[in-house]
Formats: sequence, C-alpha cells, structure tokens
Amino acid sequence: MRTKVIVGLGLVAGPLLLRNLYVIMFGVPDEMEQGPIYRIFYYHLPAFLTAAICYLTAMVTSVLYLIKKDQRYDAIAVSATETGLAFAAVNLITGMIWGRISWGIWWAWDPRLTWALICWLVYFGYLMLRSAIDDPTERAKNSAVLSIFASASVAVTWKAIEWWRTQHPGPVLSIRTGGVQKIDPIMENMLYVNTLALLLLCAMFVLIRLRQEEVQREIDAVRRYAHAMN
Amino acid sequence: MLHHIWAIATKDLRSEFRTKEAINSTMSFSVVILLLFSFAFDPSPDMIAEFGGGLLWMVFAFAGALIVNRSFARELPNDCIDVLVSSPASGASLFLGKSLASFVLLYGIECFCLPVFGIFYNITWWRSLGGLLGVLALGTWSMACVGTFFSALTVNLRLRELMLPMLLYPMLIPALLSVMMLTNTLLTGQPLPSDFSVWLRLLVGFNIMFTTLSVYLAETVLVR
Repeated sequence: MRTKVIVGLGLVAGPLLLRNLYVIMFGVPDEMEQGPIYRIFYYHLPAFLTAAICYLTAMVTSVLYLIKKDQRYDAIAVSATETGLAFAAVNLITGMIWGRISWGIWWAWDPRLTWALICWLVYFGYLMLRSAIDDPTERAKNSAVLSIFASASVAVTWKAIEWWRTQHPGPVLSIRTGGVQKIDPIMENMLYVNTLALLLLCAMFVLIRLRQEEVQREIDAVRRYAHAMN
Repeated sequence: MLHHIWAIATKDLRSEFRTKEAINSTMSFSVVILLLFSFAFDPSPDMIAEFGGGLLWMVFAFAGALIVNRSFARELPNDCIDVLVSSPASGASLFLGKSLASFVLLYGIECFCLPVFGIFYNITWWRSLGGLLGVLALGTWSMACVGTFFSALTVNLRLRELMLPMLLYPMLIPALLSVMMLTNTLLTGQPLPSDFSVWLRLLVGFNIMFTTLSVYLAETVLVR
C-alpha cells in the first residue's frame, strides 16, 4: 500500500514540478525591480514552508512518542527532520544565490537569514545526537526531548530576531499581509502551486525515508536476536 | 522537594569546593580567553563600548559549557548517577539542585571575571552595578538551566564534550542575544534605551519557558 502511495506521490509531484519549472521560466512575467533573478523566489519560499511543516511534524510526533512510547513515532520524527533539513538547505542556498545577485554578498547577518541558519544548526544537532546513541529506546527518548526543545527554541529565536536590523524583503503573500496584494496574482498563484508540488515531493521523501528507517530497525532487531542466540 | 534540591545543590558545591577542579580550570580558562580577545582586535574605548557585552558573554558561554558539562559527568564514576536517580528525590529536584549548583559556580566565576575584564579593557563596570548583577544572574540562570538539562541528555554519549556545546549554543541564542544587549547597555553607563525592556522581557520569558520545560521533562531524561 505504501509503495503505491509513494509511486502515486511521485507521479503527481514529478510532472507538476516540470510544468511549474516551464511556467516559472517562460510563463510568469519578470519582476519590475529585480528582473529575472526573482524567479528563485518560487523555490526559496516554498522550500522554507515545506521545511517548517517537517519540523512541526517532528515536534508533534516527538510528543506522541513520549506519551505512547511507540517507535513508529520516532521513525516519523527522524524522517521528517532529515527531509526538513534538506528543504531548509535548499531555502538557505537559494537565498544566498539571490543575495549574491541582489545585495552583492553571499551572506548578511539579517534576522531571517540568521534564524534560518540557527534553525538548521539546531536540527542538525538533533541528527548528531541520534548518531551518538546506540540504544534504540534511549535514542528515541533523548531525540524526542531534543526535538521539543528545538521547536521551542526556534520559536523564541524567531521572535527575538524580529527586533533586529533587517534587509530581507518583507512578507508578500496576501495571507500574511491581511489581504493586501503586494505581488501580481499570477505570481502569487504560481507560488502556491509550487509550494504544493514541493510538499508532495517532501511527502514522498518522508515516506521513502520512513521505509528505510523501518527496514534498518528490522535489521537491527534481527542482529540483536542473532547475537542473543549465540 | 525544596529539601531535596538543597541537598543535591550543596552536595555538588561541597564536592566542587573540595577538589576545585572546575573552578580553577574555568577561571584560568576565562582569563586566557579575555587575554586572547585583546589580540584579535584593537581594544579602543569605542570598540569596547560597542562589543563589551558580547565579549564578556562569549567568555561566560565558554566557561558555562565547562561547568555544566561536569554537572552530571561527575556522577558517572561508581555509577553514582543510578544511585541519585533511584533515591527518593524526583527527577525535577535532581535537575533543579544541579542547576542551582551550576548557577552558583558560574555566577561566582562571572563576578571574578568582571573586575579582570574592567582592568584589561579599561571599563568602569560598576556604574550600574545592581542592574548588571541582576542581568548577569538572569543570563547565568538560562545557561545553568538549559546547560544542566543538556548535560543530563548527553551524559552517556561517547563525544560528550563535543556534543554538549554543539547542542547548547544554538539553543541558547535568544538568551545570549538579550543578555549581550543588556550587558552592553549597562557597561557603557548610558541612559537605558527604549528597547531595554523588550530584551529584558525576552530573557525573563526564555528563563520561565525553558525552566518549566526542563523541570517537566527532567524525569523522562534521567530515568533510563
């Protein structure tokens, strides 16, 4: 069943991404001030939204693990975090490329950039912690606790750096600006469609990673059993 | 519960004052870092007015990692940690007692470093002494509380000394950011700016949030 879902997600996400790439390159107009480089924004913001949903999923499943002690929740948490980190890296890299063209520098200590980097480091620490613990129960418990701490810290950091100096462009989506249209509706719709495509791709990656994690756990269990029998 | 917290905190402090392992090494380490900073840039009065708080908290952050790392690691020989966990003291008491001991040690080291910093960098740090000590206390508690919690989380890891700062520093950024801003303002002795209360609220909010979270999750982390 899960294989069918993975294939189905791939069959929807793949053509949709290709179609979006074509429309982004040839269908939508250039931005008045930035020119063609603004097109990177169609991947930059959706990648961030996808990563944020992954982190949120990891936090919820970590809480569920601590309540129910079911290893499946831990497997979902690690799969979502790893996939979220990949999308967060896309967000950071596309932002840096845009910054190089628009600001003339690869990196600025801007609140949003700083927050994204801190967020990435915190969740990378989560993966480091996992790799340093051998016992599966201990690993799942400590990782779940760290994931909860990470989400709280990220939320506080987000608030903190709102008071910092900023040069990052402000919110443009009408859902964030209270209905005020800051970009062309064609551009905004394209942004939503590409967010959907990346979310589908992300769901596919999470499911594939989840299957790998489950297979790995089965192998570990068989190995422990064989070790006990000897 | 208060009785247990007090017993654990005094046990840790007594043990530390007998050996003086962490105190001596952290104090000398802090002075070395303060000295090294003076080679990294020209410590002119303007520069210090702008970066003083940040420099000072960099030193405290490094020193803090050394102190909190020892918090649970000192219980590893002879399986003392298992004895503590199986004692009548709850996980929350154990955590708060150890946090309190780390706080006292770190605060003492900060009070020692402050005059040294004043001498090395020519700063009249005592102009807002009450406020400065209060801000130092709030910043130190955030480091002691979150640091002790992460010390418990990483105590059994192979790369404990590396993992703790790697996990701790990104997590502490909101607290470090606020306390650096506040310390900078108080060190220069200028009138308090309008955003002073915003940073103070952030620091207090961070402490309340993470102390609550740590107390709530301490039992989960400690019971194996």
